[in-house]
Amino acid sequence: MADYQVNKTFKEINDRIRSGKAVVVTAEEMIGIVREKGRVAAAREVDVVTTGTFSPMCSSGAFINFGHSVPGIKASRVWLNGVPAYAGLAAVDIYIGATEPRVDDPLNKVYPGEFLYGGGHVIQDLVAGKDVVLTADAYGTHCYPNRHIEKKIRLEQLSFAQLCNPRNACQNYNCAVNLTDKTVYTYMGTLRPRLGNANYCTSGQLSPLFNDPYYMTIGVGTRIFLGGGEGYVACAGTQHDPDVPRTERGVPRKAAGTLMVMGDLKGMSPRWLVGVSILGYGCSMAVGIGVPIPILNEEIAFYTGVSDEDIVTQVVDYGKAYPKGKAGVLAEVTYAQLKSGSIKLEGRDVPTAPLSSYVRAREIAGELKAWIKSGRFLLGEPQKLLPS
Amino acid sequence: MYTKMLVLRFPRIITDKPIVCALSREFDLCFNILKAEILPGQEGIMVLELSGHKKNVNKGLRYLRSSGVKVKDVEQEIRRNGELCIQCGACTGICPTTALHINRETMEVIFDPKQCKGCALCVSVCPVRAMEIRFSKDKILGYRTP
Repeated sequence: MADYQVNKTFKEINDRIRSGKAVVVTAEEMIGIVREKGRVAAAREVDVVTTGTFSPMCSSGAFINFGHSVPGIKASRVWLNGVPAYAGLAAVDIYIGATEPRVDDPLNKVYPGEFLYGGGHVIQDLVAGKDVVLTADAYGTHCYPNRHIEKKIRLEQLSFAQLCNPRNACQNYNCAVNLTDKTVYTYMGTLRPRLGNANYCTSGQLSPLFNDPYYMTIGVGTRIFLGGGEGYVACAGTQHDPDVPRTERGVPRKAAGTLMVMGDLKGMSPRWLVGVSILGYGCSMAVGIGVPIPILNEEIAFYTGVSDEDIVTQVVDYGKAYPKGKAGVLAEVTYAQLKSGSIKLEGRDVPTAPLSSYVRAREIAGELKAWIKSGRFLLGEPQKLLPS
Repeated sequence: MYTKMLVLRFPRIITDKPIVCALSREFDLCFNILKAEILPGQEGIMVLELSGHKKNVNKGLRYLRSSGVKVKDVEQEIRRNGELCIQCGACTGICPTTALHINRETMEVIFDPKQCKGCALCVSVCPVRAMEIRFSKDKILGYRTP
């Protein structure tokens, strides 16, 4: 355990939040504070740094209990507005996943497919308070004889609807380009031929895990901004991999940590859970997440001072190399370069485009800051930190 | 120099005739084809930028119409639904005219209709379908209405 000049506990910070004395800044504001005052003074001054990210996040979905009908049904196949939900859980428990397209979607038969409605759109419709048509088929049992039901469900009438996203808030992600002569349609967006554009997908200096690169404060039970409401970190997300090459200040050079998050859908908003259609790829959901980082010591203060100049990622060819499972790394670039609007690749200026909304990420960090300052949002002390 | 952005619709019976090249040869006009496709019903659709002397542009338009081409101005045809837009920026990677671009200070996604040439690439690339074609898409570009 390192010796620190500043030592704060979650309890002390929560006491300050309760009494309205906590100093809360956004990750953007923290950059200047650490640069100007140094990490120790910054750690003394600031109690909490708020982060934010708003981006399409596959591996999202919701558990729903849709209630028993009369006579009862043991649903074996379920659709919400025509989108299949997983029903192999219990009689009336389902999981609706964000990337599931509507059962009659033409998919990529007319290429590139549009994927206009899927599980993410169902979840957005639910949080918007709209009616969603539920259809269920069953084989019928002695105790649950019903073989088919169709009914409208609405979020407020459901006894249980929990957003549960197995992999969100990726710590870093590739920047995608296309070296071939044809446009390709990928989960990283539409990539024009011959290095026509370079797409990237995190909020950089505002992104939660870039501000706590070794997960010193984030773990099971961390309370977060999720989908406009309150949520929690359930555990490390799928594909969480802390053992990747890192820069001197701990920034992973490629995809590393992830979060599995959960929260009650009833407190969430259609502004922060948005169904998305990715041309030629599929449907998904944009999720708004903000993680508060308690400044327990000067090391954490230093990490939260990270800026886009310090964050790097790999430029990967999604035209040929990536689909074939090859590395295809063309260059390493900083987020400052990506956010300037163009990067230099093979002697050319390639325009960059984000898939993650920086404007909305900033809004989340600001909103979370306001929640904490008002005293209505306390920090959740993790029961177990993420593997690092 | 006078420039017009146009959507041209070529009825089936004239899709096999060389028409656009005459704009250059007969009327001294410069054209730039931003998009051209033949729909399943064999009707042709083209998004075209036409420039030259105003007098010649008008003559060229008269020629197109007399050849059976239906001509429509595309200015202001694409618009952004601000309520749907999530300010991500995915559209800025494919917009050929930088009508969709990012203010680098605020990272806000800007749409400048004046620079838009109506190619409609953004319409299906936008993950939340916030870019809309003002008139019935089926009538103008043959896109399905989301």
